[in-house]
Amino acid sequence: MTTFQMTVSPDFPPNRIAGWYIFNTWLQKATGLNIHLELYTDFEGQRQAVEEDRVDIIYANPYDAAMLIREKGFEALARPKGKVDEAVVVTRADAPYNAVDDLKPGLRLAATNDPAVYLLGMMMLEPAELDAENLQIQQVESYPIAAKLLLQGEADLAFFLKEAFDKLSSLTREQLKVLVESQIGDLFHTFLVGPRLAEHKETLREALLHMHETPKGKDALESLGFEGWENVSPAEADFMINLIEALK
Amino acid sequence: MEDMRPEDIVGEYREYTLTYYDGTSRKVLVTDIETPYPDGKLIVSTTDTEGVITHANQAFVDMSGYTREELIGQPHYILRHPDMPKAAFRDMWETIQAGKTWRGYVKNLRKDGGYYLVYATVMPNFDKQGNIVGYTSVRRKPSRRKMEEALALYAKMLAEEKAQEGRA
Ligand SMILES: Cc1cc2nc3c(=O)[nH]c(=O)nc-3n(C[C@H](O)[C@H](O)[C@H](O)COP(=O)(O)O)c2cc1C
Repeated sequence: MTTFQMTVSPDFPPNRIAGWYIFNTWLQKATGLNIHLELYTDFEGQRQAVEEDRVDIIYANPYDAAMLIREKGFEALARPKGKVDEAVVVTRADAPYNAVDDLKPGLRLAATNDPAVYLLGMMMLEPAELDAENLQIQQVESYPIAAKLLLQGEADLAFFLKEAFDKLSSLTREQLKVLVESQIGDLFHTFLVGPRLAEHKETLREALLHMHETPKGKDALESLGFEGWENVSPAEADFMINLIEALK
Repeated sequence: MEDMRPEDIVGEYREYTLTYYDGTSRKVLVTDIETPYPDGKLIVSTTDTEGVITHANQAFVDMSGYTREELIGQPHYILRHPDMPKAAFRDMWETIQAGKTWRGYVKNLRKDGGYYLVYATVMPNFDKQGNIVGYTSVRRKPSRRKMEEALALYAKMLAEEKAQEGRA
C-alpha cells in the first residue's frame, strides 16, 4: 500500500506538534490511507521537500498554498473554521513611534521567513515608503526570538503572525505595542492535497468536514486548537491566490 | 447606469456628467469629503474580462459605501471620479489586456459623493490554458507624498484632456 507524505507549514506553534501527530492518526483511521507525517522546522526544508515532490498532503499558509496550487497541481480542500491569517507590526512599548507614519528609513526589522506574514507586514509599511531596500532586515527563526530582539533593543520593528503574537506571554506582550494590524479576512491556511491523491480527495474532504461530529475527531481538533473544518471551493482558493499575487 | 441621487449625498456637492468607454453616461454628484484609508485593510475586487464586478470583499463594500448587491454585476467605472483622467485608465486597460500587472494611484468616488484614495494593483487572471478570464484588483493605503504627486499629475492630464475636447 502506498504511503502518502503529509506536512504542515512550519509556522505552527511548537505546542501543537503532538496535535499534528494525533491528527494524522485520526486521518489515517478515517480515510484508510497510509500517511506519514514529516514536520519541518523551517521553510527551506519544507520547500525542498515540495520541490522534490516528496509532499502529498499539506496544511499550508496562503503564500505556499498559492504556489502549490499554481505550480504543483495541488487542490485546497478545507480550512479551519473561522480562522483567518492576519499580521501585526510591533515595536517596544516605549518606542518613540505610535503609527506607521512615524516610521523612518533605516530602522531594524526582525522578520521570520514566513512568506505570507512578510508580504502583509511590508504592505502595511508601504504608506511610510518603507521597503526591503531602506530597512535593515534581520531574519529570525521564530516569533519568540523576534520578540526577544525587540525587548533587548536589537530590533526596532518586528512582523508577527497575529496568532503567534497573541500567544506570547502576557509579560512579553505588555512590553510591546502593536503599531498596525492587518484586517483582511480573506487569507487563511488551507489543507491541500497533491496530484497523487487526486482519486482520494473527496474521501479526505468528507472526513475533514465531518471531523467535529465524532468524539475522537473532536479530541484531535482540540489538540490543534481548531473547532472544525469548512469547505474551500476552487473559486475561494483562486481569490486568495490572486490576492497574494497582487501583493508580491 | 443610474444617475447618482441627491438623497444619497452627504454634504454640499457639484454635478458632473461622465461618459464611459461603452458610450453610456451618468450624472455624478461629488463632494470634497475624504474617507481616510484605514490602516491594514485591503480592498479587493474581481471583474470579468469586460470590467464588470464579480466579487467584492467587505473592505470594498465599506469604503465604497455601496452594498455588495449594488456592486456585483456593475461595471467597475461605478467608482470613477471626475478628477481621474481617462488616460490613466487607458494605460491600465492596455497593460492588463496585454497580460501584465498595472500599479497606480487612484481617486475613487463613493456612493455618498465623497472620495477615497488608494494604491492599486490590477492584474489579469488566467485559466490553465493561459487565457485571460478576468481581472483582480487589490488596493492598499497609499503613501501621502506619492498620492499627492499622482493627483497633481492627474490634474494636469485632465486639463489637457479638457483642452483637447474643447478643440475637437
Ligand atoms: C479589476 C479592475 C478594477 C478596477 N478598479 C477601478 C477603480 O477602483 N476605480 C475606477 O475608477 N476604475 C476602476 N477600474 C477601471 C474601470 O473599469 C474603468 O475603466 C474606469 O473607471 C474608467 O472608466 P471608462 O473606462 O468608462 O472611461 C477597474 C478595472 C478593473 C478591470
